Amino acid sequence: MTARVIITAPTKAKKGEIVTVTTLLAHVMENGFRHSSTGVPIPRDIVTEFVARYNGAEILRASLYPAIAANPYFAFEFVAEESGILDFSWMGDNGFAASRQIAINVE
Amino acid sequence: MTTRRQFLEGAGALTALSVIHLRAAQATPVAMQAAIDAVTGGAVLRPGRVKLDIPPLVENGNSIQCTVSVPGPTPASDRVRALHLFNEKNPQPNMFGVRFGPRAGPAKFTTRIRLAGTQTLVAVAKLADGSFWVDRVEVVVTLAACVEDP
Repeated sequence: MTARVIITAPTKAKKGEIVTVTTLLAHVMENGFRHSSTGVPIPRDIVTEFVARYNGAEILRASLYPAIAANPYFAFEFVAEESGILDFSWMGDNGFAASRQIAINVE
Repeated sequence: MTTRRQFLEGAGALTALSVIHLRAAQATPVAMQAAIDAVTGGAVLRPGRVKLDIPPLVENGNSIQCTVSVPGPTPASDRVRALHLFNEKNPQPNMFGVRFGPRAGPAKFTTRIRLAGTQTLVAVAKLADGSFWVDRVEVVVTLAACVEDP
């Protein structure tokens, strides 16, 4: 099943403009410290790494811990230099992997 | 028959056990300091530069929006390399660590976090010149997250 992802970013930007991106991923982020109603520990299932790239080069790389709320939301900024592809990827426990690409047009 | 001495020894052992259990259930200011030292390598933390934006009073610890940033212009010599956030009361002291790459814009990262109770959060910024800056904010949490069961 593909992960549900919502990304908001402008499709057009002026050269040199500071662009804000927000990403939202549907994920339980089960922290591994809770127990079920029968007392069995619920195993950890979180997203451990998030990477944002702009034309192949990293904007940022985040290491994540169980303190990140369910459905991890991130907002950050970068400088629009040329038209190209923004690539976002998430990696997590139990082989979780998701990625999404969007295009940005820089004038 | 249990003698008084045996009983006291047993009681002492039980107390020691419960202390260990409490320590395992949450991070402490000591554990937080250890996590910070693991990032800084024991370097001096200077107050200033970095800013942690978070509401001082939150009702629900399950999702709190917060922003860690280094405001103002940063010349290339002291570009921001990384931003980290730590806590002293969640089960783990680390919250996130963000490393900025060659395409990084202004050093600013927003996300939503969980807090297991009223505590002080510590944001740390690493600059390209090797200096570390710190901001501490106390947050009052009415409903704690993380450890209560579903």
